[in-house]
Parts: sequence; structure tokens; C-alpha cells
Amino acid sequence: MSSSTSHVVTHPIPYTVEIRPDTGLFNAKLGVWLFLASEVMLFGALFSSYILLRIGGGATWPHGSTILNVPIGAFNTVVLISSSVTMVMAWASLKMNNLGRYRLFMGLTILCALTFLCVKSFEYGQKFGVPHGTEQTTEHVTQTAEHAPPHQTALAVTVFSSIAQSLIQSFKTPGIGGKIFPSLLAIGIIFAFVKNWKKTLIAFVGGGIFLSILLTLFQLGMKSSHHYFPPSHNTFMGIYFTLTGLHGLHVIGGIIVNSYLWLPGIRMWQNDPERFTNRIEVAGLYWHFVDLVWIFLFPVLYLL
Amino acid sequence: MHDHDSHSHELPFWKKYIFSTDHKVIGIQYGLTALCFLFFGFCLVMLMRWQLAYPGAELPLIGKWFGETRMPDGRMLPEFYNQLGAMHGTIMVFMGIVPLAVGAFGNYIVPLQIGAPDMTFPRINMVSYYAFLVGGIVMLCSFFVPGGAASAGWTSYPPLADLASGNFSQKFFTGQTLWILGMVCLITSSLLGAVNFITTIFQLRTKGLSMMRLPFFVWAQLITAFLLLLAFPPLEAAGVLQLMDRLAGTSFFLPSGLMVSGQPYAATGGGNALLWQHLFWFLAHPEVYVLILPAMGIVTEIIANNTRKPIGGYKAMVYSIIALGFLSFIVWAHHMYLTGMGTMISAFFQTTTMIISIPSVVILAALFITLWGGSIRFNIPMLFALAFLPMFGIGGLTGLPLGLASADIYLHDTYYVIGHFHYIVAPGTIFALFAGIYYWFPKVTGRKMNDFLGHLHFWPSLVAMNFIFFPMLIQGLAGVSRRLYDGGATYAHAQPVLYLNVVMSWAAWGLAIAQIPFFINFFTSIFKGQKVESDNPWESTTLEWATPTPPPHGNFTKELSVYRGPYEYSVPNAPKDFSPQYQENI
Repeated sequence: MSSSTSHVVTHPIPYTVEIRPDTGLFNAKLGVWLFLASEVMLFGALFSSYILLRIGGGATWPHGSTILNVPIGAFNTVVLISSSVTMVMAWASLKMNNLGRYRLFMGLTILCALTFLCVKSFEYGQKFGVPHGTEQTTEHVTQTAEHAPPHQTALAVTVFSSIAQSLIQSFKTPGIGGKIFPSLLAIGIIFAFVKNWKKTLIAFVGGGIFLSILLTLFQLGMKSSHHYFPPSHNTFMGIYFTLTGLHGLHVIGGIIVNSYLWLPGIRMWQNDPERFTNRIEVAGLYWHFVDLVWIFLFPVLYLL
Repeated sequence: MHDHDSHSHELPFWKKYIFSTDHKVIGIQYGLTALCFLFFGFCLVMLMRWQLAYPGAELPLIGKWFGETRMPDGRMLPEFYNQLGAMHGTIMVFMGIVPLAVGAFGNYIVPLQIGAPDMTFPRINMVSYYAFLVGGIVMLCSFFVPGGAASAGWTSYPPLADLASGNFSQKFFTGQTLWILGMVCLITSSLLGAVNFITTIFQLRTKGLSMMRLPFFVWAQLITAFLLLLAFPPLEAAGVLQLMDRLAGTSFFLPSGLMVSGQPYAATGGGNALLWQHLFWFLAHPEVYVLILPAMGIVTEIIANNTRKPIGGYKAMVYSIIALGFLSFIVWAHHMYLTGMGTMISAFFQTTTMIISIPSVVILAALFITLWGGSIRFNIPMLFALAFLPMFGIGGLTGLPLGLASADIYLHDTYYVIGHFHYIVAPGTIFALFAGIYYWFPKVTGRKMNDFLGHLHFWPSLVAMNFIFFPMLIQGLAGVSRRLYDGGATYAHAQPVLYLNVVMSWAAWGLAIAQIPFFINFFTSIFKGQKVESDNPWESTTLEWATPTPPPHGNFTKELSVYRGPYEYSVPNAPKDFSPQYQENI
């Protein structure tokens, strides 16, 4: 009884760490699934509204790719999917009792999320861009990419067919070529402590391809011109800003939670590693949901 | 567990009573705040009833206090009347009854009835209360912004609500925008609460308390939590869209070619006003069940306890309430028969509406059957619970004609609708909540409420309620619209039933007077009420009565096990007429 009493003092609520046998869950895991169910209803209602408004709009509804910046959207999709992968790696690192790797992968997750937001704000900025006449910034952007071959937009949408070309292109283009080697080097360093030259090589090649796709998409996205398409422009822009804005708020929420778990919240690992690992799992479930919403948003808004 | 007790005494005042994470303190905070909002919402409608009974007359004594923008010379402006109507509905539903039924009773009673030390997420529970409080304060503040509070009805139908208070560049500090922001806070609050309730009920049930041994009140709270969890987000989505319409100039709910005061409205159009109605009623129909299910739960506890009988058909009631939960998601468009959405859709929703009345009737019938052959104790909680049955019955049965598309053509938007849902919510739910207050008061405070004042509260309230709401049914059948600022005085067809406005208004003010004994009783009994001798003064079977009185932080002095179902009263050959769930040998 004495041992259980001391247990009660630290965790007055049962099943915060251990799994309740009849439900097979610890409390927070059930809690986050319920929360996500609610989130599904929130975004579900907005997607339904989109469908209804689009049907109502009929032929006047614009094609997303004529207004939105598809390469930048594709870039952000890749970034966000990567952040989900690193989130899983962060949780798996804790399961394997490796706090250093947890710090690394959680840091990468936050970095990806911040990248997503930066790119998104750039994209928003384009929509509030200067109306006709003063296109100085646009010219500046196109100048840096003027050596790029034609038909780039189609190339970027079909990502897989572009792998080879983008590799060649990234080496051709001075702007990208200058960036690719430091990127490869960074990835090499990350995987160097795997101490397995095969894995390092795979990471080198895979990471190189991955990064060059990202950079190509980014470069193509930067090329797009600024125009003045605020939410009040039409219903499509309205629903675009509403959906991506609400999703952006969820990304900010995820960054706050993950940053807490990355820096101050990590203290819990010393006293209660199991509970801390559970927290990462729960935060991860939320993060995958945010990712999933974007995976629906990208084709619905940009491609359809 | 002794540690907890001593621990709680060490907490400073602000941690113990203000930013407390104890579900009981949070429950009391919810309860007191919600009672204040209920009273405030009631005051709003008492003002409206003056205008309806005596249109355009000067309100004596207090009329001049409301200022030139609301009641010049004590005479109510139509704009102010609209604000009162919109805010009465919003406050009563979202800030009065739901927080009292779910926030207060759910928080206080559910963990006790399942033998849990607290809710699963105590800090989230606290945040839930404060989100509610902030939402409530935002709503109250909206009365003082230029143009006053929201005045597009509690349903906030666009285009009216979209366009309220002018050009979108000036719309931030206006009633309708603050209404949306307040609703977002309230939705956040109920989302956090709902997650907490469901995890608590699934995860923290004590040993031996299987789902089919849960008290019916816990079942009611569980289903309610699911409704709050899944039905509220679409309203949040709708709120976000309306916020965009108001602040960012989008046209989600504005059709093309909209004319305002003879001028084309400067928006791109292409939206759909019906979209708001679908999103709104997708919440607001389940919301009706959020209002009634906890009341059914409370009434079931009290009726079983005071008839000294097991309730008639516990399993049938549980299955019915689950069915109610599911069905309540597919009946929403019966509020929209007259929007021109098409007869096929009307036929579908009319069918589901008729089906959903079956489980409601099963529950009500089970409660009536429980009375049969019981040795009923007519104490104050039981009187309120007994009054609930016919009042809810009237409310439910008057709803059936509204659920039929053809009958609704005539009845839609008349006082009949108001009479119908007030019968469910006022003498139904509010009576059940009063019953719950009288019933659990001894557990919360260790003292009973006064019986004489209880009678003085109950009987006049019952009479006044019926004099308010039954005439509404009559007026509605005569065709009086619910939205008339003068109560129908300018309409020829309303003349024969116009005298009822005066009856209803005086009954409403009488109802206010009938609450005075309750206020006196409530506050004096906290300090001077008759002390209860045992922890189980009503000789009940459920777990909340196994705690010390009042329950300490951490609730139970020892870990409990549950050995039987929740309502084992008058078991043959048992030594007492009640067999508590937590006693192995009776």
C-alpha cells in the first residue's frame, strides 16, 4: 500500500501513463483522438461549404492553378510531409531511449513547420501584391531564374518525372547549384553518426534528390508574379484564405506545442520518461492531422 | 488519500477557489456563473414582455435608465427589442442552460458517480471554465459597443447578420462580430469540456463499474458530450465564414445581385444564404438534445430515488439515449422546410424527425412507468422532477406538428414554435436543473435546503410557467408571428388573441417573483440550512453518496468497488429498501 500511496501522490489521476486494460488507451491518447474527431467536423464543415459554394458557382468558378502558385504549394506539401516523418522519428528516438536524436528530429519538425509558414506568408504576400504598373520586385525574381528551361510549371506538378531534369537543372542554374552542395553536406553530417557508409551514401543521394526537388519547386514558385487577389476578390479566394488561414493557425499551434516539448517540456524526461514519450505521441497525432488537412487542401485548392 | 486532504488545505485562496483544478470547485464556478447568466437572460425577456403587453408605452420606474439609444423617454426602440430577443436566446441556451446542465452538474457529479478522483485533464477543465467566462463577458460587453448587441436573432441568419452595422471596414467592434467571437470562446469551452467528459467516463470508471452499471445521468452526460464534440465545430466553421464575410469582405453567405436599401450591395456575391442555415442547424438541432439529455439524467436519478424502485427499463433507456444521440445529427433541416430546399429533402428530414420521437417517448414512458406502484416521497426535488414529466411531454408532443412539412407551413415562425421549445427548455430542463440543485445541495454543502421555501418556489413557478407558455401555443395557432415588435397589435388576425400578451407578461413577472424564495433559500441554506446527519441523506444507491460531505479534494477516502447496477431499490429480502452500488454485502 505504501508504494501505491506514493504513486498516487505523483499521479492522482489513474491511466495518465499506463494503459487501461478495457479501453486499451491512456487518457491523453483517447483525449487527442476525440479532439481530432472534433477537428474533422470543423474542417469537414468547411470542405462541405467549399463543395456547395463551388457547385453554386458553376462555370464561373476559377481553376485553382490559374490563380494559385502550384510549385510553391507543392514545395510546402513536401515540407509538411517531411515534418510528419521527422515527428515519427522523434517519437521513435524516445522509444529507443535516445534523447539526442529526439532533440534533433523534433528540432527538424519545428524547422519544417516554420519553413512552411514562411513560404505560406510569402505566398499570401503575393496575393496582396502590388496591383499593375510597379512590378519591380517581380522582375527581380525572374532575373535570378532566367536561365531555367521552358515548361517548368508542368514539370513541377508531376514531381517524379522532374527528378532527373531538376537535378541537371539545379546544377546548371548558378543560384541553385551554389546551394545544393552545402545542403548535401548538411545531410551527410546528419547521417554521418550512423557510422554505416552504405546508409550515408543512400542518405547522400536520397537527400540530394529530395533537396533539389524542393529547391526547384521553390525557384519556380518565386518566379510567379505578384497580383492583387484579396479574400474579397471572389468566393474562391475567400474560401482559399479561410481554409489555409485556419490551417495556418493549426500549424502555429503545433509549433507552440512542439517547441514546448523541445525545450522546457523536456525536463519531464528525467522524472517520467514514459509519460514524456506519451506526450510526444499525442503531439505527433495532432501534427499528422495538421499534415493530413494540408494533403487535402493542396489538391482541392491548387489543382482541382 | 489523506495526503490530498492536507494538500488541499495548503493551497492559497486563489488556487483553491479561483484557478482551481478540482472538478467540484469548477462545477460550482460553472453553476454560479450560469445562474447569473440565466437570471440576466430572464431580465432581458421581462423587458421584451413589457413591450409586447403594452406596445410603445413608457416603462415605469426603470425605463429611463436605458439611455436614448435604447429606450428614449422609457419607450423601447425596435432596434433594442431585436437586441434583447437575439441575446435572450443566445444567453439562455449557450451561457445559461448548457453550462449549468453540463458544466456544473456534469463536472460536479460525473466523477463522483463513477468513483473517480477528478476529471482526466483537470487543468484543461479549468481552461474550459475560463473560456466560457471570457465568451460570456464578450457577449455582455457587446451591449455597450456602438449599435448595441447582436440583433439578427440567436440564429444569426445571413444576409441580415452579414450586413448588420454597415460597411465592413467599421465592423470589428459591433454586436454581431462580438457575437461570433463570443461564440468561438464558448465553442472552445464546450470542446474542452466534452473531451474531458468522454475520457473521464471511459477511462476513470472504478473497479466493477461496467458501462451497463453506469447511472443514467452519466450516460446522459456521455451522449451530451459526444453531441457537443461533434456538432459544435460546424457552427465554428460557419462563424469563421461569417467573420470573413463581415471583416474581409467575402461573400460566402451573400447571393449575387443583393440590394440593400435600394442600392446594389458592394460585394462580389456568388454565396449561398442557405449554407449558413445548414451549418447552424447542424449544430443547433443536436444542441436541443444537449439541453434536454442532462435534464433527463437528473430526473431519472431523482425519480428512482424517490419512488424507491428501480427505473422501469434501464437498458431500454440507455439504448434510447444512444439512438437519440445518433438520430439528432440527421434531423437538422426540419428547421428549414420553408427555405425552398425541395420536397425530397423535406420528406427525408420529416421521416427522421418522426423516428427520433420514438426513443424520446421510450425514455419518458420508462420514467412514467417507474412511478407506478412506487411509494413516492414528495420532497422538493421530486416535485420538480415530477413536474418535468408532463411539461416535457407537452413540449415534445407540440413538436410533432412542427416536424411535419405540411403542418409547418402554417406554424413556422409563429408563437407556436416559441411555446413548443420553451415548454421543453423552461418548465422542462430548468425544472430538472432546479430538481438537481435541491437534490445534490446536501452533498455539496452538507446542509439541506428549506422545504417551506421550496414549496413557495415550486408551486407558483409551475403555475406561472404554464400561464406564460400555453397562451403562446394559442397565439401561434391563431397565426401570430414570433417576430413582431408590437406583439401583433397592428394585425387584424391577431386581435382575438391579443389579450393573452398581457396575461403572459404578468405571468413572466410573477415567475420572477416566484424565484425570490429560491434565492433566499439557496443563499441562507449554505450557511444556516439544516445539517445532514449522514453522507447519504436521501438513502440513495449511487456512488456520489459514498464520499464524505462535502467531498474533499480527491473525493473518496478509499478505493471503491461496484457490485451491482445503479438503481437497486427495494430489493426483495434485503434488510434496507436501497442497496448501494458500493456495498458488497447488504
